[in-house]
Amino acid sequence: MTTDNSSTEVEVRRDASGLPERFENPGLAPHQERMADNDPVADKRAERQVVILFALSVLGTIGFLVAYFLVPPGETVASMRLSNLLLGTTLFLGMFSIGAAAVHWAKVLMSDHERQEQRHPQRSDEKVRAEAIAQLKDGAEDSGIARRGVLKGAVVTALALAPLSIVVPLVGEVGGDWNVSKFRHTLWKQGKKLTRDPSGEPIRASEVTVGSVFHVIPEGLRDEELWIEEKAKAIVLMVRIDPNDLTEREERKDWSYEGIVAYSKVCTHVGCPVALYEQQTHHLLCPCHQSTFDMANEARVVFGPASRPLPQLPITVDDEGYLVARSDFHEPIGPSYWERLK
Amino acid sequence: MSTSTTAAQRAAGGTADYLDQRTGISLAVKNFARKIFPDHWSFLLGEIALYSFVVLLITGVFLTLFFVPSMGLVEYEGPFAPMNGVEMSEAFASTLDLSFEVTGGLLMRQIHHWAALLFMASIVTHMMRVFFTGAFRKPREVNWLVGFILMILGLAAGFTGYSLPDDVLSGNGLRITDGVVKSIPIVGSYMSYFIFGGEFPGEHIIPRLFTVHILLVPALILALIGLHLFFVVLHKHTHFPGPGRTERNVVGFPLFPVYVAKAGGFFFVVFGVLALMGGTMTINAVWNYGPYDPSPVSAGAQPDWYMLFLEGSLRLMPGQGTEWDLWGYTLSLNVLIPAVVIPGILFTLLAAYPFIEAWATGDKREHHVLDRPRNAPVRTATGVAILTAFFILILAGSNDLIATHFALSINDITYVFRVLFLVTPFLAFWATKRICLGLQRKDRELVLHGHETGRVVRFANGEYIEVHKPLDEYERWIRVHHEPRRPLEIEPAEDEHGVRRKGYRMDAIRARASRFFYEDRVEPVTPAELAAAHSHGEHDALPAGEPETQEIGAGSGGGRHAVTGAPLPDEGDTPRPSVQDH
Ligand code: HEM
Ligand code: FES
Repeated sequence: MTTDNSSTEVEVRRDASGLPERFENPGLAPHQERMADNDPVADKRAERQVVILFALSVLGTIGFLVAYFLVPPGETVASMRLSNLLLGTTLFLGMFSIGAAAVHWAKVLMSDHERQEQRHPQRSDEKVRAEAIAQLKDGAEDSGIARRGVLKGAVVTALALAPLSIVVPLVGEVGGDWNVSKFRHTLWKQGKKLTRDPSGEPIRASEVTVGSVFHVIPEGLRDEELWIEEKAKAIVLMVRIDPNDLTEREERKDWSYEGIVAYSKVCTHVGCPVALYEQQTHHLLCPCHQSTFDMANEARVVFGPASRPLPQLPITVDDEGYLVARSDFHEPIGPSYWERLK
Repeated sequence: MSTSTTAAQRAAGGTADYLDQRTGISLAVKNFARKIFPDHWSFLLGEIALYSFVVLLITGVFLTLFFVPSMGLVEYEGPFAPMNGVEMSEAFASTLDLSFEVTGGLLMRQIHHWAALLFMASIVTHMMRVFFTGAFRKPREVNWLVGFILMILGLAAGFTGYSLPDDVLSGNGLRITDGVVKSIPIVGSYMSYFIFGGEFPGEHIIPRLFTVHILLVPALILALIGLHLFFVVLHKHTHFPGPGRTERNVVGFPLFPVYVAKAGGFFFVVFGVLALMGGTMTINAVWNYGPYDPSPVSAGAQPDWYMLFLEGSLRLMPGQGTEWDLWGYTLSLNVLIPAVVIPGILFTLLAAYPFIEAWATGDKREHHVLDRPRNAPVRTATGVAILTAFFILILAGSNDLIATHFALSINDITYVFRVLFLVTPFLAFWATKRICLGLQRKDRELVLHGHETGRVVRFANGEYIEVHKPLDEYERWIRVHHEPRRPLEIEPAEDEHGVRRKGYRMDAIRARASRFFYEDRVEPVTPAELAAAHSHGEHDALPAGEPETQEIGAGSGGGRHAVTGAPLPDEGDTPRPSVQDH
């Protein structure tokens, strides 16, 4: 046996003066007797305590059954809470008391004499190791795997290919149609009315007063087969800002309408709906990680982990004065992904 | 009475005989019934994890009988009036039914959720116990890895379960997941489709999460718990240092009856406490949040605590300039760094720590006696540094609550946390190491000079001294049992012919690492030192704080220190005599 595998052990090495180099383990400390060890009265008392605890558990279980039959959750949050409270506390009594009884029993009545057991190194000894290796060698010899090269190749190939019958259909089907270019488009297109979320009523420009916030979905959203997926991409937040406060670059001047601006409501960080609008500062805060966008200035990021402004939805009004989209967003909405700009 | 006892005994004997003839079970009983386990409160942490898992299984099976894992839409009709007529997924509707119509259903939901929180909390604290006491050292490194995987699986179980009710909160959690997944270079979009079966949210995610949550992850956890416990029995439990405890024995109490009662009883204690929590403390009241819809969101929402560090990490990352355009492809470092790189570093460091320490210290021996954390200052300090970083991230994950609660600006808090995250782990490392060395020095003082008795004696010559009571050998042992650990010595770069030796570079790096671990150290008192301290004055008269231990290096940073006693041979590799156990 090499010492590599042996445990750290007290070695008795001595220095010049004959004192050991390190202290020696004094061995187990003397045992301390408990009250119930010698005193029959204390012993009886301890036993009684354990019995009482078990009895409490029985009471708890009975209480639980009573609560179950007599106090159903009912119609309101309050009655439901009551049912829950009674069931929970009685279950607690039923379970906890068993635990307390058993632990108490072990602590006061069972032997508290420490015992010891020997440990052995994990490593098998040399003889066993040699035998194990010999067995493997014999087996390999038997199979002839080393000699039969083609056979070895055949086994490996067959085993390597077989899982494909599971993996290929799984990967083929699990991602639906795998058409990841869908991220690029939303339901918005030219002439699509901006409507209220969730009612779907169209919105007139005149209803949008300075400072009010509109949560917007495209008209006809609910007629779509995959409306939840479409909604997840198409949600828009619309506000009217005093045109004097609004900074717009030249080529986007016609994306807003008389100070009404509409931006994607999907955070460009990791996609939460951005919903907390602060009228005074024109700041829009994402509640998830506090990215803050300046709605008066192209929804640029003023704080937080988002990198990009929210994409703007170009809007105008139709003949009847309803707000409509001029086109889809000009870039993919939501969080970034590898091929976003391709 | 006595006849009935004998009848019962006879029945038991008969059953035992029947079983033994068919299974040979007596052998297992003989080997395991009286197996010795050591006792310490911190050994309960793992047990709590185990029992909360059992509670999760029990309550989880109850929930599966009523929960409908479907995203099909229904209009709610039921006792909870505010939701009547609201369109929602069957998953959400069945969660409402579980809460309002199934008697005891809400209790099971709440116990299940509290048990999940306790499960993760006990896993993490259990891991801390193993880390700080060095229980991960050989031969237990493999079991550390098993435990590490269990922790990751616990996170997966919690995350998938949390998302099942399909409410607004968990739906937005899934959306964040989708955003994080999409940020992964090259394959991100495809991974998103892989998970959701198409575009977010699709109609597959709840059924998929359900299968993962109730079948895949629990089965893996169960199997790994089995392996974990098998290793515990195989290696025998570690024990804390103490009189009579050695590397060659295990001191404690027998499995039957003491641990059957204590540990078995403790299961009921855990179950009871969780029942009380489920009965009295509302958790995840989904009826207040409403069903998932891509548009609404609520402020101040928190994920379960074990996910907060990720949330905090995402919140702290500055967004400006961290999204890069690489030849037309987008690399979102503002998401990748906090959500992938930082947790990656944290977890890799944790998983690899036993191997890093073993390599750096050259220690290849088995260890069954635990370290007192102070006796491994660098390890303890590393652990505290990691925890500090983790804790700052958790706080950062609640920065909005901190802001509203203390009426502070969220921006300021975030700036402060950014700095704290980068600085405090180093401060924590430094301070912890100092404290450990200080505690070790205090141990030395105590061993050398004994307890202060408060009794002052006046000598004939007018000198006053305080009488010190020496420690008895049991008290002393815990403070002197550990072996002094010293940096590895390496062979010179060139051999006697001036030829540069192979592997020197690696050795040099390793020597540096081992100096990082053991350069600053305080060594345990030796019998010779104690004898010297006693002979200094007949009355044990050395006042505490005399510069007795300064040469021991007491670690005043930097340089090497003279060390008393002969240098030990290179620990791992040099054969040394050792005491045989038989
Ligand atoms: C392995 C550890 C487990 C963890 C950490 C865990 C965690 C969770 C969490 C946090 C929830 C959300 C509960 C809520 O507030 O509604 C949940 C729900 C659920 N869990 Fe588990 N769970 C575990 C194991 C299991 C097992 C083994 C089963 C069943 C065999 C199960 C079945 C369920 C079901 C059906 C739900 C949905 C119930 C509802 O939403 O009301 N869980 N789980
Ligand atoms: S999702 Fe909006 S800040 Fe993270």
